[in-house]
Amino acid sequence: TMTYFTRQRVRRVYKWRGEPLSFNRKLKTYEYSSLAISVEGLARATIITTGQHILIEGEDDDNPYVARVVRLFGDESGKQKKAVVQWFVRVSEVPPFKLKLLGRKPHPQEIFYYQGRSCDDEVDAESILRPVQVAEAPFPDSDDKDTLYVKLSWDSKTFKVMESEPSLASSPPASLASRAPPRHVLPTPDPAVMRRATSGEVRCNGATMSTGKAGAMEAESLHSATKLSASKCLSSKRRNASARTPGVRKKLELCSPEKMTRDDMLLQLLDKELEKEAMLVQRPPSSPLHTLDLVERLTPIRRAHRAPVAKDAVPVTPSTLVINKLSASEMDSPPSSARDDSTRSEFTSPAEVDDENSPVLPAAITPRGSKRKSAQLVSSRIRKQLNLLDTQDLSSDGDDEDEFLPSKKEQQSSSEEEEAGLDSEEEVVMKRGRHTAAGSHTPRSKRKTRSSMRTPRKTPSKKTTPSTPRTPRHATPSIPSRSLPARQPANVLEEARERLHVSSVPESLPCREQEFQDIYSFVESRIIDGTGGCMYISGVPGTGKTATVHEVMRCLQRAADEDEIPPFHFIEINGMKMTDPHQAYVQVLQKLTGQKATADHAAALLEKRFDNPAPRKETTVLLVDELDLLWTRKQNVMYNLFDWPTRRHARLVVLTIANTMDLPERIMINRVASRLGLTRMSFQPYSFKQLQQIIMSRLNKAKAFEEDALQLVSRKVAALSGDARRCLDICRRATEICEHSATGLVGMSHVMEALNEMFSSSYIMAIKCASVQEQLFLRAVIAEFRRLGLEEATFQQVFVQHQALCRVEGLKPISVSEGLAVCQRLGACRLLLLEPSHLGVMQRIRLNVSQDDVLYALKAD
Amino acid sequence: MSKRKVKNDHMPVGECITQVQKILRERLCHQQLPQKLVGVEAQHKHLLELLKRTAIHGESNSVLIVGPRGAGKTMLLKCVLRDLLEEKEVQKNLLQVYLNGLLQTDDRIALKEITRQLHLENVVGDRVFGSFAENLAFLLDALKKGDRSSSCPVLFILDEFDLFAHHKNQTLLYNLFDVSQSAQAPIAVVGLTCRLDVLELLEKRVKSRFSHRQIHLLSSLTFSQYLDQVQAQLSLAHDFPDTKFAEDWNAGIKTLCEDKSVEEVLQKHFNSSKDFRSKHMLLMLCLSRVSVANPAIKPADVLEASRLCLADAKANMLHGLSILELCLIIAMKHLNDIYEGEPFNLQMVHNEFKKFLQRKSNSMYNYDQPVVMKAFEHLQQLELIRPVDGSLAKTQREYQLMRLMLDHSQIMESLQKYPQCPTDVKQWAMSAFG
Repeated sequence: TMTYFTRQRVRRVYKWRGEPLSFNRKLKTYEYSSLAISVEGLARATIITTGQHILIEGEDDDNPYVARVVRLFGDESGKQKKAVVQWFVRVSEVPPFKLKLLGRKPHPQEIFYYQGRSCDDEVDAESILRPVQVAEAPFPDSDDKDTLYVKLSWDSKTFKVMESEPSLASSPPASLASRAPPRHVLPTPDPAVMRRATSGEVRCNGATMSTGKAGAMEAESLHSATKLSASKCLSSKRRNASARTPGVRKKLELCSPEKMTRDDMLLQLLDKELEKEAMLVQRPPSSPLHTLDLVERLTPIRRAHRAPVAKDAVPVTPSTLVINKLSASEMDSPPSSARDDSTRSEFTSPAEVDDENSPVLPAAITPRGSKRKSAQLVSSRIRKQLNLLDTQDLSSDGDDEDEFLPSKKEQQSSSEEEEAGLDSEEEVVMKRGRHTAAGSHTPRSKRKTRSSMRTPRKTPSKKTTPSTPRTPRHATPSIPSRSLPARQPANVLEEARERLHVSSVPESLPCREQEFQDIYSFVESRIIDGTGGCMYISGVPGTGKTATVHEVMRCLQRAADEDEIPPFHFIEINGMKMTDPHQAYVQVLQKLTGQKATADHAAALLEKRFDNPAPRKETTVLLVDELDLLWTRKQNVMYNLFDWPTRRHARLVVLTIANTMDLPERIMINRVASRLGLTRMSFQPYSFKQLQQIIMSRLNKAKAFEEDALQLVSRKVAALSGDARRCLDICRRATEICEHSATGLVGMSHVMEALNEMFSSSYIMAIKCASVQEQLFLRAVIAEFRRLGLEEATFQQVFVQHQALCRVEGLKPISVSEGLAVCQRLGACRLLLLEPSHLGVMQRIRLNVSQDDVLYALKAD
Repeated sequence: MSKRKVKNDHMPVGECITQVQKILRERLCHQQLPQKLVGVEAQHKHLLELLKRTAIHGESNSVLIVGPRGAGKTMLLKCVLRDLLEEKEVQKNLLQVYLNGLLQTDDRIALKEITRQLHLENVVGDRVFGSFAENLAFLLDALKKGDRSSSCPVLFILDEFDLFAHHKNQTLLYNLFDVSQSAQAPIAVVGLTCRLDVLELLEKRVKSRFSHRQIHLLSSLTFSQYLDQVQAQLSLAHDFPDTKFAEDWNAGIKTLCEDKSVEEVLQKHFNSSKDFRSKHMLLMLCLSRVSVANPAIKPADVLEASRLCLADAKANMLHGLSILELCLIIAMKHLNDIYEGEPFNLQMVHNEFKKFLQRKSNSMYNYDQPVVMKAFEHLQQLELIRPVDGSLAKTQREYQLMRLMLDHSQIMESLQKYPQCPTDVKQWAMSAFG
């Protein structure tokens, strides 16, 4: 029954259908129930109603975004048409490495209910392409391209089983909106705030009574957030959070050098004080009266969210919390208990309703408009539920309307209160601490139990595997695994050798603390602020550049996992690991989205991605290793890499690594160098003390080396290059030599031998081992050079000398062919440098070793 | 046992000779590895242990085997692999990839070859071979997915390693060494090269990732060892079917090696080069002279084989020239003497030749210019003369500057052996100035 549009760029005309449902006086927006999309040249129009699943235009034309319409609204003029949506994520949008968490192959048509917090849920209605069929798993065997299937939810970290919804597509479709995942969080731009919200929400699960408080607390903190700068607020929170985990705290404090602001201090003090207070409050279960009392005082924001629970038919005007709550719980409980008692009996409690709504709160951080928006969102969600119920059961329609319609009077009063409440912001702020405290001590058990309930319900992978055949596009080949297990190190030396291997990842990176911190704070601040930036890191090979950046990323990832910083995406490219500089685009795109494209196409897609404001965007941290290999004549690749971070919506942090300090000045044209900026860091070669420390930390008290031996290695390497890899390789070789000699510890002699093996020139040895004629020829070369006074001679000239020398030595003169063969052999091992051999006797000869070395080698013989 | 012995005694000589030639040819053509390597025990041990650790412990390694041509680098590696694969634990746990710088002349070909040898192309069908970039990403993904303890170790053998260093950006080497230095699938990279300066070819990033382990194969062979080797290589083993023949043969070889003239010849070869291949070439030539009529290697055979081996290629070519061409060569030699190696053209050579005809010759008469021209061109085709760089095409052929590619000793040598060379021509050649 639906009209599907082709992918071609057709001109669509968007029109509201029917009269506005309601008018919001504050925002001057009209609510609509449906939108008509007509295509020029086609008579029929597609109708989009709230609750319907739709496709939204995105970066990839083949895979437009999937969402469900929660609300439709427009401004007075009718020019702007907006929609509030619940996002779904396609398989291709989930980072490939996270897909592993799924534990099975995703169905190609599978989508995930998006519970992440980092995307905007308000979209331009004109970006809607068409409706789409979304059904609940199990996936059918047939490949119906038009239907998408949802089974799990995705919160940008884990997959969770969505509460099972009886026939999502056909029957009460509102179910998703109203109750789907218990802590179903609407995407809002600020994850940190969301975090607070969710934690608050969890807390309120404990006692029905505390819900109001928790909500209010959130609201307050958000108000304060508007006062403070967002980042300050976050950092204070982070500190609070890190206080719980001492290890992390240390690192973070090192990295965020800015002093605590006065406000932060105040907040912290307040928190502590109120914590105590809250304990007291908490102990006797707070009475409903108490809550009500609170709620009354805290109405402004609280109400803002509650308000939309009011019905569609009437203009949205907030009603009091109590009523809303009641109505909400009423609305929610009957259908849910009726539909799936088995799984979700606990959710029928009013707490559940709150649980679901509370995450909306943080939207308040953005000023009034979004507060309103989220409020409306909730209302529209409920409304939609009702709408959808309508479609399912027409007869029940009327009843629901009546039942859930709050009285106009109540709505009126609450709207008045709202205005009053908004004025008394300060009062609200005063109270925030209490609720924070109250929340923080409520056990989190509920959330945990629920999540544990979910985990065992993993979808059996059997069902899905046959329908997703492995295509070359997603092929991930691997080296076959070994048939016998790898042997573990048996003695100290073997263990030391394993630890000393460059590949073993050390627990810490000694001697690079300062660099670590600089990079950490650079990237961290960019992630928190949601901005972009470039950094240039230089240093000779083997000074730990890449290792340090990786370590930083590991720490940041850990921080993100613990919700201390917003989630981000780390991708890495290496100039040496691509065949052509333009492949950089392809690799970035593939690592970002999993898409495959040609270089030009990838460049265009990335350009679009970084240039356009897009919903659900995380900060991307891009590491570009071996930057100099990305040099092209026009320097387009470099230019783009450094230009993207400067775009407003890009949220891209680019870390570049190369060997030379002056690379920007040397090879970059001005416009590229300018965009790279001046954030530079150079890794100095390791000093001998640092190298020693590195080996010591790697060995980690495994006693395998004598003190002197270590010092010798590190001094030698520090003098040569300061390359840590060299140092480790020498040590490793020394352990092998030691093993042969069967003495306990690796001593000076072993290290000396290893050093000799690796660094001594083999030329002298090669000359000593050369055949008689070869040695004679070398002498002839030197004799001829001396005669000519030049460092170059033709074979013919040298050969004359050679014949003479042969006679002196009492050897039979050799033929020219033989002489040429001798000469070629010396040339092959590069004792001599020769012209191409087709020149025969005319080819010119030069020595590749110093004359002194040759004479020394021949004399010692 | 004794029964078989008796029976074997009656093996006809012809069959024995065939057997001997078969056995010895296999030995000399490297098809059969020696039971034990002599003189390179330390290197053998080092390499064996290194590869063993990769196979058994999953430790990634990289190593270069450096030595002059014919020093036995490949033989060492093959022997090590043979010994290594005797262990069951290794046998099941080692994949091998052979690359040769002369075959895989760029990274694109090398990557395809690696993918093919690892049987990865079957995993995904043909589409993996789409582009060079895809291939690289594909292979790196595969290696990255592995880890030390669970993936099968891969042994990469890069013959003519130095040629890989000339590939663009040294992409392959960087990636192989990078994998060997990071926690990915365990690999061992073994490079074989004859260039002593191979490390200087590596780009600094590639060099840093290389472990700097080098195994040098520099033979410090003495002449007596060389003699022993020759004797051992020509001797028959005890399991030769005809014991009597084998005993006789071995005794013959022993006396041969003790012969003064043979020793002299071998000494000359030893002085010239210590490499295995030139020695094997000499012995092969000796061996091929063995027949039913001549059932043992005699000193004369060795002398003849040596003569063939050491013969001058260019001097041999002179034997096939016409007398006119030879005269032109002699004229060029005199021009070289007069003008101290400055290049000459056809006209100068012809004039020099005419001077000889007028003054000294009684057996030769003048040729027309076109005939001389033809002879001159023939010499150029044989590359006995070469045009000087840059003087091509611009000038008329008669005036194109040329250089003689022969040494005087070669000319004189060939004149001695040239069949029916007129005496006046010989005298002209030997006279100091034209």
